Amino acid sequence: MHDAATHDDSKGQYFWVWGALLVLTAVEVWLGYKQVFQPVAMLEVLLGLSVIKSALIIAYFMHLKFESAIMRWTLTISVVACFVIMYLFFFPDAGRILRLGVK
Amino acid sequence: MADATLQHDSVQHGIRGEFEAPLFGAYSKKVGMWLFLASDSLTFGALLVAFSYNRISNPAWPTPFAKESIINSTIMTACLLSSSLTMVMAVFAAQRGDKLWLRNWLFATMGFGTAFIVLHGMEWSKLIGEGMTPFKNPWVPTVPQFGGTFFTLTGMHMLHVTVGVIYLGVIALRKMFLPILGALWLAGYFLIPASNVFHYGVHALLIGLIVSAVILFLKPKVYDAHDVEVAGLYWHFVDLVWMFIFPLVYLMSTKIV
Repeated sequence: MHDAATHDDSKGQYFWVWGALLVLTAVEVWLGYKQVFQPVAMLEVLLGLSVIKSALIIAYFMHLKFESAIMRWTLTISVVACFVIMYLFFFPDAGRILRLGVK
Repeated sequence: MADATLQHDSVQHGIRGEFEAPLFGAYSKKVGMWLFLASDSLTFGALLVAFSYNRISNPAWPTPFAKESIINSTIMTACLLSSSLTMVMAVFAAQRGDKLWLRNWLFATMGFGTAFIVLHGMEWSKLIGEGMTPFKNPWVPTVPQFGGTFFTLTGMHMLHVTVGVIYLGVIALRKMFLPILGALWLAGYFLIPASNVFHYGVHALLIGLIVSAVILFLKPKVYDAHDVEVAGLYWHFVDLVWMFIFPLVYLMSTKIV
């Protein structure tokens, strides 16, 4: 468990994280509004940026970075594994439907 | 907390091992919230995968979000990101025992959350006004699943934000929050026209009122820094989920000019 003294010294880092999240959001909006990439490539780029943003939120705002190693790894591995399984099952199929031209 | 558990063991029972130190080295409320959030992330993960699946497999996906919708949803995103910062400040205030600033930061967080709900409600009303329902949309009639996936995903998230605002209200004001919640429910019910979906959606506040009253009357307590931190975990999670919904739903469906 972390204590107040550890974090009160480094309050500024949360403002940096907040600023970084706002900047990343601005980049996403620019990419989306200008439609820089084709839909599938755009989906990959936007999801990549979202993963970076979510990692910042989980690590700093949700303090997971400061929790014990067993808590960090158990939660991260289990949730990521579930998402990878979902991704492997569904996304190739969505692309397959597109190639087959199913209406 | 692990120390406290071991002390409890040695002082009160004198039997080593009767109370084991928690596996994660964190207090049980926090572990419980993390486990809930892990399971809730899978719910949202499934909804996001369903949305993305439909998005990829339908090249003629509707793109109804013009400039004003993108600006609106960007402001909503900024509201949630800023609310996470004010929530962190609330946790700091709770940890140093500053009750005044704890409340102030919690109110700021609730304010950002409420602004998000109102802006999202306006966006929903606009889309419904244009003829979008869960079963059809006026832009591409051959892709009816746009409405269903959009309303399910964003509606589930809006419900989570609403629950989060109520949760923070209970932490900040305890029983004093109940009449405020009741007044908001009545105001919403009588002021929102019956033709608007939120005339019925506002009943979520009534359910929140009943659940909050049950908790506050059956287990009254002064919420400490740990409770604020656990509430913060929930709030940050709501912010986190929106970081995926915003690009997937809005930015992937911007109107081609």
